[in-house]
Amino acid sequence: MIRVELPAHLRTLARLRGEAALEVQGAVTQRSVLTALEARYPALRGTIRDHITQARRPFVRFFACGQDLSLDSPDASLPEAVASGAEPFLVVGAIAGG
Amino acid sequence: MVGTHKGAFVLTSDAKRDRWEIDGPHFAGWEIYHLKGSPADPNRLYASQSTGWFGQVIQRSDDGGQSWEPVDNKFTYAGVPGTHTWYDGTPHPWEFKRVWHLEPSLGDPDTVYAGVEDAALFRTTDGGKSWHELAGLREHDTGPRWQPGAGGLCLHTIILDPSDPERMFIAISAAGAFRTNDGGKSWKPINKGLNSEFLPDPTAEIGHCVHHVAMHPARPGVLFMQKHWDVMRSDDAGDSWHEISGNLPSDFGFVVDIHAHDPETLYVVPIKSDSEHVPPDGKLRVYRSRTGGNDWEPLTKGLPQENCYVNVLRDAMAVDTLDECGVYFGTTGGQVYASADAGDSWKPIVRDLPAVLSVEVQVLP
Repeated sequence: MIRVELPAHLRTLARLRGEAALEVQGAVTQRSVLTALEARYPALRGTIRDHITQARRPFVRFFACGQDLSLDSPDASLPEAVASGAEPFLVVGAIAGG
Repeated sequence: MVGTHKGAFVLTSDAKRDRWEIDGPHFAGWEIYHLKGSPADPNRLYASQSTGWFGQVIQRSDDGGQSWEPVDNKFTYAGVPGTHTWYDGTPHPWEFKRVWHLEPSLGDPDTVYAGVEDAALFRTTDGGKSWHELAGLREHDTGPRWQPGAGGLCLHTIILDPSDPERMFIAISAAGAFRTNDGGKSWKPINKGLNSEFLPDPTAEIGHCVHHVAMHPARPGVLFMQKHWDVMRSDDAGDSWHEISGNLPSDFGFVVDIHAHDPETLYVVPIKSDSEHVPPDGKLRVYRSRTGGNDWEPLTKGLPQENCYVNVLRDAMAVDTLDECGVYFGTTGGQVYASADAGDSWKPIVRDLPAVLSVEVQVLP
C-alpha cells in the first residue's frame, strides 16, 4: 500500500481525511503513484500535473524520506520506504504567494 | 453570489433587500473568478475555482449552492493552437491559465459557456462533464495578433442573445469585442468606432482593451461598453460604436450594467487611471445615466465620500429583477454594496470580505 500525503486544499477537493492509501501496480514511480491517485480521486486530475503533458505544476513539489524528488524523472523508482508503505510520498504546495 | 480572491460567498435576503445573511467562504483559500446560476434552473450553479498552485477547478451545484461537486477541468485548445502576440510583440504560444467567466445557457442548465485565459471560448453541453473549444473564435484571422492586457489575455465577457440563440457577443482584453451569428462557428470583430490612443492605429480592427460589455435582454441590438478609456454605445449589435462618456469625472472604469426595467438607464463606476486605479478624489461614486449615456449623475448616498481607494472589477456589478431594481457591486476592499432603489441609496451588505472579483444576482421564486 502506497501512502500519499496531500496539501490541505487538495485533501478538501478530494474529500480526503488524512493520507491517501493506494494500490499501485508495477513499478512504484511518481507517474504510477499519481496515476493511481487520480484514478481514485478524479477531482485531483489537472491539479498536481498537467492533463496532457503530465508535467508537474510549477508550484507543486514532491518529497519523500527527507529528499526533494521534484526534479527526478517521473519514471524513476521512488525510495523503497515509499514502495513498502513505511514512508509517505508527499505532495507539497510551494511556500509562495499570498 | 460573490466571488473573491479567497473563496465564494452567498448573500441572501428577502425581497426588501434590507437584512442579509452571509454564507461562506465556500472553496476557502481559492480564487473564485466567477460563479453564476442557470437561468433555466436556479438550483444549478457553476463556479470557477483556481489557484496558482493547483490550477483550475470547475464546481457544479444542483441544490442552489448547498453542496458542490467538482466537474471536468480539462480545457484543451482544439488542434495545434499556434501563437498569439506577447507584450513585447513576439509570438507566444497559447497556454490555458484559468476560467474568467461562466455563462450558463438561457434555456438548458447543462449548457454553459466558459471564457478563458489565454483567450478562448469553451462550451459544455453535459453539465460540465466535458468542455470543448468553439475554436472559430481563437482561429479568427486576427488571433495571432491578439495581445494581453495587464490582467492577461482573457475572455471575460459572454453575452447570449435571448432573441437569437445563434448570436453571441464576447469581449477580450486586449483584443476587443467579437460577435457570432452562427452559434460560435465564425466570428466578426465589432470594434468600429472604438478609439484607443495607445495603439499604433487607434481605430484598428482589433487591439482595444474592452473591459466589459452589457446588453439589456429586452433590447439585444443595443450594447454598452466600458472600455479601458471611454464608455461606448452601439445601436446596431456592435457594428458601430459611439462614445457616451459625457460628463463622467473619468471615463476609465471596469463595470457597466443596465437597469433591469429600463434599458436606457446605465451604471458605471469611474476610476482614476492609468496608474492608480482608485476612485477619483477618494470618493466612491456610481454614476447613473437615465438617457442611455452622455448625461450622468453621481450616486453617493451611503457610499464613502472620503479616503476610499478601492477598485470595482469588471464582473463585480449586477442588477436584480425586482421592482424596484436592485443594484449591487463589490470592491477590491471586500465591501459589497447594495441599492434597493435603483441606485438612489446604498448600504454595505458586508464590509470585510477578501477582494471581490465577481458579483451575480439570482431572484428566487
